Amino acid sequence: MDSGLVAIGCSWGGLSAIRRLLGRFSSDFKPAIVIAQHRGVDSSARLLLELLRPSSALPVSEAEDKAPVAGGNVYVAPADYHLLVETDGFALSLEQRVQYSRPSIDVLFESVADVYGEQAVGVVLTGANADGAAGIRAIKHHGGTTLAQDPSTAERAEMPAAAIATGMVDTVATLEAIADHLMEICRPPVQSGGAHA
Amino acid sequence: MPFSQDVETIELELLLEAIHRRYSYDFRDYARGSLKRRLWHRAHAEQLPTLSALQERVLRDPDCMDRLLVDLSINVTSMFRDPGFFAAFRADVVPILRTYPFLRVWNAGCSTGEEVYSMAILLQEEGLYDKARIYATDINERVVARAAAGTFGLDRMREYTSNYMQAGGKESFSSYYTAHEDQVRFDPELTRNVIFAQHNLVSDKSFNEFNVILCRNVMIYFNRTLQEHVHRLFHESLAMFGVLGLGNKESIRFSGHESCYQELHEEQRLYRRVR
Repeated sequence: MDSGLVAIGCSWGGLSAIRRLLGRFSSDFKPAIVIAQHRGVDSSARLLLELLRPSSALPVSEAEDKAPVAGGNVYVAPADYHLLVETDGFALSLEQRVQYSRPSIDVLFESVADVYGEQAVGVVLTGANADGAAGIRAIKHHGGTTLAQDPSTAERAEMPAAAIATGMVDTVATLEAIADHLMEICRPPVQSGGAHA
Repeated sequence: MPFSQDVETIELELLLEAIHRRYSYDFRDYARGSLKRRLWHRAHAEQLPTLSALQERVLRDPDCMDRLLVDLSINVTSMFRDPGFFAAFRADVVPILRTYPFLRVWNAGCSTGEEVYSMAILLQEEGLYDKARIYATDINERVVARAAAGTFGLDRMREYTSNYMQAGGKESFSSYYTAHEDQVRFDPELTRNVIFAQHNLVSDKSFNEFNVILCRNVMIYFNRTLQEHVHRLFHESLAMFGVLGLGNKESIRFSGHESCYQELHEEQRLYRRVR
């Protein structure tokens, strides 16, 4: 939990957005990245991982129940489950869909806010609904950091626009600028009197 | 003044403690994230502003506890969920079961019964049902009664039929139920060898020896401590070479009992007890 957690939510147009975003991270990125993407109930995990892995310098896998959340890894929520984090790892749930979605971005973000507090980062990307907005509120409420894709650059503007409309998004930017910003703010702090990281 | 814990965490833990002391249901080792969502769902439904207020009502009003128990025990699932699991069960487990003269199956955490009927249909089509007993248990008596009634929403049947076909179904799925308005009722013959009963995985002991234990997407609501406890219970309750089936995203790796099982089918989370 030391290096924080970056939670990313996306829906319509999410796959190409995630590929572009992940492509910017270097392999020394410390926090865990956890992605909730709305996708079909039957969609294949293997195919999604095959599409994401070539573009990412960080290892990409599907989140499993009770598995530890390891920094420097990218995790994708399984189709048709809610994904939550606990103090000791991932937890899945088959509660009702939230805003017609499972995985729900709000459910992931709220659990990340609870467990990671100020170390939580929430990012809302392209999508055609309002999922993620309540989650952004929760992360901000617990002192975390919030970002949204610039709606004018998103394949579908509704989801980032709904997040921004909460008034609780710290940074609105393009995908590339979001990745660069995350790399900047998640750099390990410079030790007092010590060498630069 | 420094605060050592946030108010909501304290309220949540006191509520769980109150439920345990008053009603003997122990949710203290449930995974917190999902549990908290459900407790808040109940608080909002009761128009209560805090978990402390919910605690007060639950303590004094057993009906409120009943309603909360329903919130905590109903999980939204479907018949033949993950058709690949049932297809793998037919291919890899059924041949093992054919060698047994008698068959005991425990469906632990059966909720509203979708999986019970799925398994009964599968065993029937494989010619194993007559020598089988299915024990379908859940923490909540009311939920068990719903499972026993065998009625489901008509609107789900298209999805279930598709799942059934993908799972290797051999008949016409609609031959198993009759429709009345927006509900369907499954053939009571399917439950003639099913024993529905209340059983609490947290506090109740093993009650038989089984050849198959299905516990899919139940332990996802437990923390690791409780999950290990339940795996111990299953290990005690499973006959040697018996089969354990978990949910598709649950792994035996984090159970503390990995070495007791051999993978029958890795992707579909079917394991065989070998020690």
